[in-house]
Amino acid sequence: MTHDEIYDKVKDILVDALSVDDEDVSPNAKLMADLGAESIDFLDIVFRLEKNFNIKIERGELFPDPETFASPDTGFVKEGTVTPAGLDEIRKKLPHASAEIDVFAKDPQVSNVQDLITVDMIVKFIVNKTAG
Amino acid sequence: MRWFWIDRFAEFKSGSHAVAVKNVSLAEEHLHDHFPGYPIMPGSLMIEGMAQTGGILLGEALGFEKPVVLAKVPKMEFHGWVTPGDTIHYHVHLTDVRPEGGAVQTKAMVGENVVAEGEIVFFCLEPNNFAANGFDQSKFSFSLNLLDVMKIGKAGYPSEPS
Repeated sequence: MTHDEIYDKVKDILVDALSVDDEDVSPNAKLMADLGAESIDFLDIVFRLEKNFNIKIERGELFPDPETFASPDTGFVKEGTVTPAGLDEIRKKLPHASAEIDVFAKDPQVSNVQDLITVDMIVKFIVNKTAG
Repeated sequence: MRWFWIDRFAEFKSGSHAVAVKNVSLAEEHLHDHFPGYPIMPGSLMIEGMAQTGGILLGEALGFEKPVVLAKVPKMEFHGWVTPGDTIHYHVHLTDVRPEGGAVQTKAMVGENVVAEGEIVFFCLEPNNFAANGFDQSKFSFSLNLLDVMKIGKAGYPSEPS
């Protein structure tokens, strides 16, 4: 499957799952800020991606796992900001979001973690995943 | 009044599908307001019935370890009205199961007619999550009371319909 085919399919999935218009979906669109996604939508999106691309997506594999930032014991968060160790952890866990993580690293507040989730990072994830 | 929107199970195949029965009666208070002089089973309560059926189906598949809550109704279409005296059969198929939640495809039938069909997505609450929020599992629909619906279903069908 080509990159464009994957993009079109991801776009259709987001249009269905988030009830947005075709033209609202662009590669740089952020799911929460731009497409109005809520946390409950992510599981729905994962189910649809699994079905449409015939893949299995583990928890925390595609989207940032909230557990990573839930406990101060991990050292990944300090005073509402993701620490360098936390950033390393996200880079390791979400290689498909490297471009978004670069932007995030400039102002790594936990409340900005949601901005990592863009249309393009989903497409990159599927490209990697389906390439085997 | 108890928040039971299914009366019993007619079929229950663990991890696969279930059929629940809801008998609509003019004795139900809400039908007198919805609408005065023209009682119609509200679509929202049919969604609740399908969600209770699907929630139990998913909860059972996960061993009832975590409370299951309705997260999202991505799609629901209504094709006809349900009135007192009708018996609704909620046919619910489990399409996705994972520790974080699941999804079902669902259809509400009255006789041969499909009166509603759609999809429902559920979340499983983590124990620390609901404890922190004062969520009382014992009051949750499937954990205690609604499970009795399954027992009644079994009692009502000594020979399991195939």
